[in-house]
Amino acid sequence: MEQTHTLVLLVEDHPGVLNRVVSLMRRRSFNIDSITVGHSEQPGISRMTIQLRGNSEDIEQATKQLYKLLEVLKVSDLTPQEAMIRELVLVKVAAKGAVRAEVIQTASIYNARVLDATPNSLMIEMSGTEEEIESFLTMMRVYGIREMVRSGKVALARVAQRKAGHPDRVVEGAFAAAD
Amino acid sequence: MVVAPTRNDTGQQPAEAEARTSPEILSGAQITCRSLEAEGVTTVFGYPGGAVIPLYDALPEANLHHVLTRFEQWAGMAAIGYARATGKVGVCIATSGPGATNLVTALAEANLDSVPLVAITGQVMESLIGRDGFQEVDITGITLPVTKHNYIVHRAEDLAPTIKEAFYLARSGRPGPVLIDIPKNVFVSKTEYKVPGKVGRKSYQPTTVPNMRQVRLAAELINSAKRPLIMAGHGIILSGAEAAFTEFVEKTGIPTIFTLLGLGAMDEAHPLSIGMMGMHGHRRSNRALDECDLLINFGARFDDRATGNLNGFAPNAKVIHVDIDPAEIGKNVPTDVPVVGDVSEVLKVLTPEVIERDHSAWCNWIDGQHNRVLRAALEDRPAWPEPYAIVKTIAEVTDHEAIVTTDVGQHQMWAAQHFGVRHGKRWITSGGLGTMGFGLPSAIGAKMGQPDMEVWSIIGDGGFQMSSNELATAVQEKLDINIAIINNGYLGMVRQWQDLFHGRNYSEVEISAPDFVKLAEAYGATGIRVTKDSEIREAVEKARSIKGPVLIDFVVEPEANVYPMVAPGAANSDMMDDPQWSPSEEDV
Repeated sequence: MEQTHTLVLLVEDHPGVLNRVVSLMRRRSFNIDSITVGHSEQPGISRMTIQLRGNSEDIEQATKQLYKLLEVLKVSDLTPQEAMIRELVLVKVAAKGAVRAEVIQTASIYNARVLDATPNSLMIEMSGTEEEIESFLTMMRVYGIREMVRSGKVALARVAQRKAGHPDRVVEGAFAAAD
Repeated sequence: MVVAPTRNDTGQQPAEAEARTSPEILSGAQITCRSLEAEGVTTVFGYPGGAVIPLYDALPEANLHHVLTRFEQWAGMAAIGYARATGKVGVCIATSGPGATNLVTALAEANLDSVPLVAITGQVMESLIGRDGFQEVDITGITLPVTKHNYIVHRAEDLAPTIKEAFYLARSGRPGPVLIDIPKNVFVSKTEYKVPGKVGRKSYQPTTVPNMRQVRLAAELINSAKRPLIMAGHGIILSGAEAAFTEFVEKTGIPTIFTLLGLGAMDEAHPLSIGMMGMHGHRRSNRALDECDLLINFGARFDDRATGNLNGFAPNAKVIHVDIDPAEIGKNVPTDVPVVGDVSEVLKVLTPEVIERDHSAWCNWIDGQHNRVLRAALEDRPAWPEPYAIVKTIAEVTDHEAIVTTDVGQHQMWAAQHFGVRHGKRWITSGGLGTMGFGLPSAIGAKMGQPDMEVWSIIGDGGFQMSSNELATAVQEKLDINIAIINNGYLGMVRQWQDLFHGRNYSEVEISAPDFVKLAEAYGATGIRVTKDSEIREAVEKARSIKGPVLIDFVVEPEANVYPMVAPGAANSDMMDDPQWSPSEEDV
């Protein structure tokens, strides 16, 4: 069954790593919905969050292929049940005159924050799940979205993840060392 | 060659273990040569140019034999031929820009056929990188999808550890090509040469020893199967496991089929050898696939030319897949029992777990699925030199012991079907990439690596014209190689497809050629022409007695097709035979 998966990668922080990951996904015909990269808690190790669609065989194949890249230390497929998956959106909304107060009030329902104001618009920051963001944007479209940027998903597992390592213990028993 | 990581990352070679007292200040180029020597490299294949002039400046004083090819792509293919004949890492060198891009096909070749290869390319000065300097290309960017890994080295002090790591990556785990791009100023700059210590990375730990639980699951299936079949792949040869594999086959009594690159994993004359599988495989191999209830794949990646349409592939079989690369498991064929590991390591623990069995009834059934092609072609010999007969004669005269390289096309399939490969590392053909022009340069590389072995290259007239300039290399190196051109005046395999699937629309497949005998002579080699079946043996024997490269131009029937054949997209069970045979000859 095809569904959206969230892969979290721990990778060595070297020049060109993002290029290697993205090039691999393209040439193996995996379709990336979003990708984010940033520092992790460990120095020299970056963290990537990739959202992509596929069935479980596709995702397993993507995971194994990613492990073949020398700089990739760890790949985890996080489900919404076991992880917090969030996205940030900045949106410039038309908000002139009397509408202004209404926009601010609506934004507050979503715990969104007004970052900047001009006579004609408000810039609002909101973060949340995909559904929350879509709902928020639906409301904002009523007033008119002038410009928008979304960060792409970031994810963190609820329980502490195992340390960076080899596919061994992640995919199947077949990859464990001799018992 | 598949090597456990522990053996290669221990660092010091005996010769280097002697502590050097005073620091040695060397140029990047000298360090590059030193690092190659430290990896045991004796032969490199390459072509000089602007960005690598400093490297070529250091070469004469290094203990390396450089083979000057006539085109960088063929330097890469020669290095591949060398690697496949010896099991060592092949090394090729090219300059920046066009030199580097000419290596791309060779890297893709090595990547698809898992050949250990290290390519060194020069790059423009770092101050010019990104400014579209003369002969600048982003070769690490270009080769990203066709290498196991690649590097650009920015500091001379990084050269020795990078080269050491590159060799370790190329030969360990699933072997493959590694490219090292070195800017000209790094070749020139001087630094202290230190023998690098341990290399390897936390993120790169190939699984060589299998999980015992999986091995026992595999053994259970093997011990209870009624019609088991073994599929032998290149991984057995890369692992150097031919003897252990043959022992396993003999103990289990299981009939064995081969992929194109798996030929040589076991003596094809062995009673349990069935022959090659796939698009131009033997009929009985493909029939066995249809009927088997267990398929045990050792080190093959279920390539589409081997499997045919996956929906009809081994339809009644459970699948055990032994592979060192976890990503191969389940990539193309769903697997019941995956065993990740090096074939040698797997056999060490699997063979004791299986019981001795006798599958003679099953083997007899397979034997009954005759190959009509062979009988018709060999028993009723035509006047022209018959391709099968050429291949068979070379095999007989050399007692099947010669190294055979091929190009790509009809002659390749004829050779694969009928040479009867006896040993690993003696059948060198372009499998995954199907690179025309591969035959001659790979023969040059193989002969450089195995100078005491007889080397034959079987090539079509089309492929030969792609790399015939390498005759000059073979003459310059005084190589005793024999070239058999199966000359039908067509790009034969494409013509065959046009014949069978495109209504005989022979579009751009008629190919003229120079007089190959005169061409050979012009290069300083020997040329022989054979136009009659009766002249084959004499010509082959004569070629063996002549020093230096010998070319035999076998002028064959223009429109002979390779049979049997599985049409593209069809299942292996749908084999086509030559339509000229009458149904009464049907023996299935």
